[in-house]
Amino acid sequence: MAKNDLQGTLDLLVLKTLSQKGECHGYGIVLHIQQASDDLLRVEEGSLYPALHRMEQRGWISSDWALTETKRKAKYYKLTSAGRKKLVEVEKDFEHLVKGVRAILRYA
Amino acid sequence: MSMFRRIFNLFSRSHMEREIDAELRSHIEMRIEDNIASGMSPDEARRDAHLRFGNLISTKEHVTHADATLTLYSIWLDIRFGRRQLRKNFGFSCTAILVLSLGMCASVALFAFVDAVLIRPLPYQSSSRLVALFESTPLGSRFHLSYLDYLDWKKQNKVFESLEAYDKVYFALNTATETQLVDGATVSAGFFRTLGVTPVIGRDFREGEDTPSVPRTVMLSYAAWQSRYGGRQDVLERTLTIEGVPYVVIGVLPREFHFAPAGPAEFWTSLHESSNPNNRGNHGLLAIARLKNNVSVESAASDMTSITQQLAKQYPDSDEGRGATVLPLTEVIVGRLRPVLWLLLCGATLLLLIACVNVSGLILVRSENRRHETAVRAALGASRMRLIRQFATEGVILAAAGSLLGISATYGAISLLLQLVPVNMLREMPYLQHLGLTPHVLLFAALVGLVMATLFSLTPILCLSLSDMRAGLVESGRSGAKTAWKHLGANLVVLELCTAMVLLAGAGLLGKSFYRLLHADIGIEPDHLAMMRLRAPHSRYPKDEQIVALAQRFMDEAGRLPGVQSVAVAHQIPAADIAGGNTTFEIIGRPQHGSTNESSGRQVSANYFNTMQARLARGRYFAQTDDASKSRVMIVNQAFARKFFPGEDAIGKHIRYDASTPPIEIVGIVNDIKEGPLDTEVQPVLYTPFSQEPDNAFYVILRTAHAPQELLQPLERTAHSIDPNILTFGPETMDDRISHLQSTYLHRSSACLIGGFAGAALLLGVVGLYGVIAYSVSQRTKEIGVRMALGAQRHAVYRLILKEAGRLAAIGISTGILCSVATASLIRNLLFGTQPWDAATLAGVSILLATAALLASYIPARRAASVNPVEALRAE
Repeated sequence: MAKNDLQGTLDLLVLKTLSQKGECHGYGIVLHIQQASDDLLRVEEGSLYPALHRMEQRGWISSDWALTETKRKAKYYKLTSAGRKKLVEVEKDFEHLVKGVRAILRYA
Repeated sequence: MSMFRRIFNLFSRSHMEREIDAELRSHIEMRIEDNIASGMSPDEARRDAHLRFGNLISTKEHVTHADATLTLYSIWLDIRFGRRQLRKNFGFSCTAILVLSLGMCASVALFAFVDAVLIRPLPYQSSSRLVALFESTPLGSRFHLSYLDYLDWKKQNKVFESLEAYDKVYFALNTATETQLVDGATVSAGFFRTLGVTPVIGRDFREGEDTPSVPRTVMLSYAAWQSRYGGRQDVLERTLTIEGVPYVVIGVLPREFHFAPAGPAEFWTSLHESSNPNNRGNHGLLAIARLKNNVSVESAASDMTSITQQLAKQYPDSDEGRGATVLPLTEVIVGRLRPVLWLLLCGATLLLLIACVNVSGLILVRSENRRHETAVRAALGASRMRLIRQFATEGVILAAAGSLLGISATYGAISLLLQLVPVNMLREMPYLQHLGLTPHVLLFAALVGLVMATLFSLTPILCLSLSDMRAGLVESGRSGAKTAWKHLGANLVVLELCTAMVLLAGAGLLGKSFYRLLHADIGIEPDHLAMMRLRAPHSRYPKDEQIVALAQRFMDEAGRLPGVQSVAVAHQIPAADIAGGNTTFEIIGRPQHGSTNESSGRQVSANYFNTMQARLARGRYFAQTDDASKSRVMIVNQAFARKFFPGEDAIGKHIRYDASTPPIEIVGIVNDIKEGPLDTEVQPVLYTPFSQEPDNAFYVILRTAHAPQELLQPLERTAHSIDPNILTFGPETMDDRISHLQSTYLHRSSACLIGGFAGAALLLGVVGLYGVIAYSVSQRTKEIGVRMALGAQRHAVYRLILKEAGRLAAIGISTGILCSVATASLIRNLLFGTQPWDAATLAGVSILLATAALLASYIPARRAASVNPVEALRAE
C-alpha cells in the first residue's frame, strides 16, 4: 500500500516544481503549479508556507533571501540532495496511489 | 547556512517572527503587483491578494509551529516557567535541592577516593603485570627476604621478566650545617626499569651498579629536587654525603612517580648488600617483579614455591620453613583500603538513595497539590505531552541545581576529608595526591545527575498518568488516584526508613567495634606514656658497650625531666602497623624436626615492663644486673608459651637462635602485649635484655605523672644535649601512636563517616515520614471534623493518626533489621569484637529510629486532634 495523503501530494508538487525550476520563492511555486497544471490545480497559498518550513526543517530544501526581477526581497527555496532522493520516493508513491484509485474507478 | 542563522536567532523570537512575516508579506506584495499588472485597481488587487492568501495570522502561527528550532525556544520557555514555579515554592525547592546536593556530595566525594585509590592505575607501565614478592614464614605470609635469597629467586625463576629488590630506609643526610633524617629507599639496579619509570633528567641506575665495589650513586625524587635543590639542572653529578659516605646524584624521578611501599622516599640509592654466604638469614628486603606475558600470578607463585622448597633443602639453617608469597602489586599497595572504601561508597550511595526517594516524595506531594492546575491547563488545550514536558523540565531543573551545588560542595568535602587523614598516613598514601574532580569523578557525578533527572521527571508523570485528569477539576474530588498516590508515598517512606535503618545499624556496629578496639586489652597502660625513637650513628658508637652506656645515660637524664616516673628503652615498641622483627630459634633438648620455630623478638631494658605497666603472668622481670656479663635470659609472652610449650612450664627452658649463639633461659612469662595492629591476634614474642643485645636504633619510653605531651620537646632537647649527632624520630605519646595506627584510623574513619551518613539518613527518613503523615492529615481534615462532630475524642484522633504512622515505621524498621543483618555480614571483616547480628546495637538503633518516627508523626497528629469540627465542616 502506497502511503499518501493530501499533504504528501503538496510536498510532491513543491519538490517537483523546485526540481524543474531550480530556485524559486513561494509565490513562484504557486504560479508554476497553476500554470503547469493548466489552471487545474490551485495551491491554497496560506497552507504552502508551513509545508515549505517543515520541508526545510527536514532538510529536503534549503532557503536564502534574494532579490526578484522586480527588485523585491523574497525567500528563495531550492532542492537539497536529500530532497532529490525524497522526490523520487514520493513520485513513486503517487504513481501507486493513482494506479490504485484508477483501478477502483474502472471496476465495474 | 540558513540553519545556523536560525539557531543564532533562537533567543530572539521576535527576529524569527519578523523573518516569517517578511516572507509572507513579500508573497502578498508580489500577488498584488501581478494583479495590478493584469488590470485590477490597487484596492481590488490588495483585496484579492489577501483573499487568496487566507488568514495571515493563523498561517504565520502554522509556519512558526513547523519550525523545529522554535521547539527549542519553547523548551526555554518551559525552563523559565519551571524556574518561576520553583521560585514560587521556595521552601520546597530549597529543601529538595539541599537534600539532593547532600546525597550527591557524599557519594561523589567518596567516589573520588575510590577512583584515586582503586580505579586509577598505578603510575607504572602496564601496572597490572607487576607483582610484589615476600617471604612467607610460619608466622605469616608477608615478611622480608634476604639478599642471597633474592639473588637466587632472580636467577632461578622462569616466570618473571625481571625481579628487583628494594627497602624503605631512613638516611642521615649530612649537609654543611647539620645532620638531617630523610626518607629514603634503597633499590636494586633494575628497579625503575621494571616499573617502567624513566628519570626526567639524568640517568637510571646501570646494570651492576648495585654491587658493593661500585661508587655510590643516588637518584632524587621530583619533590626533593624541587624543594632541596630548587629544580636546578646542575644537581646532576653533585656529591651528597649520606651516612657519612659520598654519593653522586645521577638522576631525578618524574613528578607523578610514587611508590607507596617505600613511603615518601626522597633519596633513592642502589643496594650495596654484601653477598657473604653467612648473611642468608639476614632478612631486610622486599621485592617486586614483572610477570612475563601469559604468566598468571598463580603460576608464578607455584614456580616460586618450587624454588623456595629447593632453597630450603639447600640451606636448611636459614631457609627451612620459608616460602614465597606472590601478590599483585596493587593488592599490596591499596588492598587494605579496598573493603573500607567500598563500604563507605555503599554508605554514601544509600544516603543518595534516601535523598532521591525523599525528593521524589516531595515532588509527588507537589504534583498532587497541582492537580487542579494541571486539569485546568489540560482543559484549556494543553496536550498530555505538553504537560509531561513541563513536569519533566521541572524535575531536570531540580536535579541540575542539586547536582551543581553537590559537586561544588564535593570540592570542599574532599579537602575536608583529606585534612582528617593524619599527616604521617597521608605520606604513606601518595596515590591520594591526585584526588580531586578528575574526569572520572565528573563522569560519575554526571551519571548520578542523569539518574536523578530521569527519576524526578518520571515521578510526576507517573502521578499524571495514574489519574484521570478531568477528575482533578472537581475541587475536593475523592478520586482513586489519591489512594494510589498514598500507596506510592507510603511505600517510599518504608523504603526510606528501611535504608536509614541499614545505615544506622552499620554505624552502630562500626562504632561499637571502634569502641571495642580502643578499649581492647593491649597488655599495657597506654595513657601517660611518651616516647621517641633515636638512632646513634654507627661511626660514633661502633661498640655494643658504647650503645648500652648511651642508653643508660639517656635514661638517667630523661628520668630527671619533671613528672617522669620511670624510663625504659626498647628496640621496638607495641602498637605498630606491622609487628615484624622476627627471629628463628630452636628449643634446646628438643629434636629439630623439619620446621624451624619463628617468633617476634624484642630487646627491652630492665624496667620496660614496669614502665609499660604490663602484667607478669609467672616468673620474673629482667633485673638491672642481667647485662652482657651474666648468662643470657629472656621473657616470653603467653602466646609464645602456649604455642611452643603447650602443657609444659616454659620457665627454666632454654632456647638459642642457632648453633652459633649461646643458650638463653626463659625466666618469665608476661601477659600478651599487642605488638602489631590492635585488631589482630598477638603472635609469639620473646623479649631479651637490651643490655645483652643492644642496637644503635632504639625507643625511649617515659611514664609521667603529667600530660605526656609536655615531655615531647624536652625529650628531643635531651637527646641533642647528650650528642647533637643523634638522630631523633617524631616524639609522640602512646595514645597518639595508637590512634594513628592504620587499623585504628580505618576503624575510626569508617565509623565516623558511616555515622555521619546514618545521621543524615535518620533526618531524611524522619522528614519523609513527617511529610507523608502531614499530607495525609491535611487530606483527612474533613473526615476528622466529621468524626469529632460525631463524638470522637481527641485521643481517638491521635490514635487514628499515630496508628497509620506506626504501621509505616514498623514495616520500615522490621524490614530494615533484616536488611541490616544481611549487609552487616558483608562487612564482618571490618568489625572487631562485634557480631553482625549484635542484638544490643540493633535494638538500640531500632529504638532510636522508632522514637524519631514517633516524634515526627506526633506533630501532624497534634494538628489533627486540634481540628475544630465546625470550621472543618464549614470549609466544605
